[in-house]
Amino acid sequence: MEGLVAFAVGLLTATGVYLMLRARTFPVLLGLTLLSYAVNLFLFASGGLVVGSAPLTDAGGGPYPDPIPQALVLTAIVIGFGMTALLVVLALRAIRETGGDHVDGGPG
Amino acid sequence: MSHLVILPILLPLVAGALLLLLSRHDERLRQALGLVSAVAQLALAIAVLAGVADGSYLVYALGDWPAPFGIVLVADRLSAVMLLVTAVVAVAALLYATTVPRPGAHFQALFQFQLLGINGAFLTGDLFNLFVFFEVLLIAFYALLFQGLGAERVRAAVHAVVLNLIGSALFLFAVGTLYAATGTLNFADLARVVPALEPDVVPLARTGALLLLVVFALKAAVLPLGFWIPQAYAAAPAAAAALFAVLTKVGVYAMLRVYPLAFGDPAGELAGVAAAWVLPAALVTLAFGALGVLGSRTLRAAAGWLVVYSVGTLLVAVGLFSAAGYRAALYYTVHSTLAGAAMFLLVDLVARHRGLVCDRLDRAAPIGHAALLGSLYFVGALAVAGLPPLTGFTGKLLVLDAARESGVAGLAWSVLLAGTLVVIVALARVGSAVFWRTSDGPEVTDALSRRAVASVVLLLGTLVAMVAGGGVVTAFASSTARQLAEPASYVSAVIAPDVEGPAHRRRLE
Repeated sequence: MEGLVAFAVGLLTATGVYLMLRARTFPVLLGLTLLSYAVNLFLFASGGLVVGSAPLTDAGGGPYPDPIPQALVLTAIVIGFGMTALLVVLALRAIRETGGDHVDGGPG
Repeated sequence: MSHLVILPILLPLVAGALLLLLSRHDERLRQALGLVSAVAQLALAIAVLAGVADGSYLVYALGDWPAPFGIVLVADRLSAVMLLVTAVVAVAALLYATTVPRPGAHFQALFQFQLLGINGAFLTGDLFNLFVFFEVLLIAFYALLFQGLGAERVRAAVHAVVLNLIGSALFLFAVGTLYAATGTLNFADLARVVPALEPDVVPLARTGALLLLVVFALKAAVLPLGFWIPQAYAAAPAAAAALFAVLTKVGVYAMLRVYPLAFGDPAGELAGVAAAWVLPAALVTLAFGALGVLGSRTLRAAAGWLVVYSVGTLLVAVGLFSAAGYRAALYYTVHSTLAGAAMFLLVDLVARHRGLVCDRLDRAAPIGHAALLGSLYFVGALAVAGLPPLTGFTGKLLVLDAARESGVAGLAWSVLLAGTLVVIVALARVGSAVFWRTSDGPEVTDALSRRAVASVVLLLGTLVAMVAGGGVVTAFASSTARQLAEPASYVSAVIAPDVEGPAHRRRLE
């Protein structure tokens, strides 16, 4: 379980970083999105991974997961979503202004 | 529990929302509302400062959930001073903005939201809300940055947004790592938990702490992460750029808040985890900033690089991680924020009176109102370069004095003094190019805006007042530094001594 989650986070991060190093705005945007997925998964796992526990709380006093990472992930998703939308608008505006999608401006 | 501490966050929120509703109304009405809100924030900041001046802490638990379970806002001397400086800069910037012919439709609202983020970052008592307020101020920053058109501005905005989004992702990785290692994100609780960490999670906590340092360095314009800053600041409208002078200090504030508190002397193995990195980065930043000012081809670029230069100087003091260093850092933060903001406004004002040449350092027709603008530039340049009698000199003296006791005095002194020399040369070059090297031709005779001059005078006047009240200001800086160097009082003010946080529970399992 831990290995699987760690592998998923690592793969998403690696893909995200690779895409962010491209010189065009669209791959950079995709890379940032993948990186934010990696972050969300990572935050979710930061409270420790428990198998077979109650989802929220257990009236019988059994094990239940740490609620804080869930709250953090929820906030991070919302913020990440808003920021991605903003970057999409900005990238479109850059294409209109500079006539190309190169990150340094210009048609390149 | 007094509600005073949350008001600096609520006020710009309400004012910003109101300004959005009024976006189709008269521009004058919006300008007046924005200014009233900024002046009210100034009053609030003074009230907060009066409340904490005796060394006490104002703690506000949201929903009355006690720390470390709930969200807390904490005001101490450091937060209060930062609030005050922000409010002064905001008043001056908004006063200046009333003289700009065509501001963007939502300029006033975005400005208030940016203040909301900045004030929140200064008051929050936990790491995750620091992230949230960083995002609030960043999204307003992005929007202010690409107000108006132009390929140059859009290019600067793309770089700024992409880099800061990467920074945000790193911030969350750091938060997750620290939470996994310690089980808490509350600053005070971190200070309690970090010294007692099990040896096997210490490397994890160290990774988190250093990742966090990278994020703060990105915000604070520390090289090699700060190359985007001069370009972005130079592209922004002047009033917004003046407020951005505060933004870099938010990164510095975050360093001053987190490291002495959670990774200070009691933190055992993790004590001084950032110390090895901050000072070298600061010296490089200082040197590059000074060279950047020297190499600038426009006035705005020079003002942008001056921000980098001042952050470098500031971080030399922070990087010492000693009480004397904190004292110098605090004094220099106040000085450099006000002086940096004044430079952004002044440079824009000068550019307006140079006709078509605008802010390029080319030969041009004689500048209008040369005597007044020249004198203001002279005073501003004295302040940023750190020449007597203004605050830059006192600030730099404090930094030098703090570095004297450290092991790296020789290196720090030579870089600081050489940097100062380069900046003096650069500012003299800029000044003579703008005011003296003129072509034949009629003088530019646009009317000078009294309010624009008043906004610059307000900022420079505050610096002069800091010199006049030097004893009080330095004494306050010293007591703030002592407070920072003794994290125990912060912890006991925020968390009741018998409360065991979730982190303790987890350690017992």
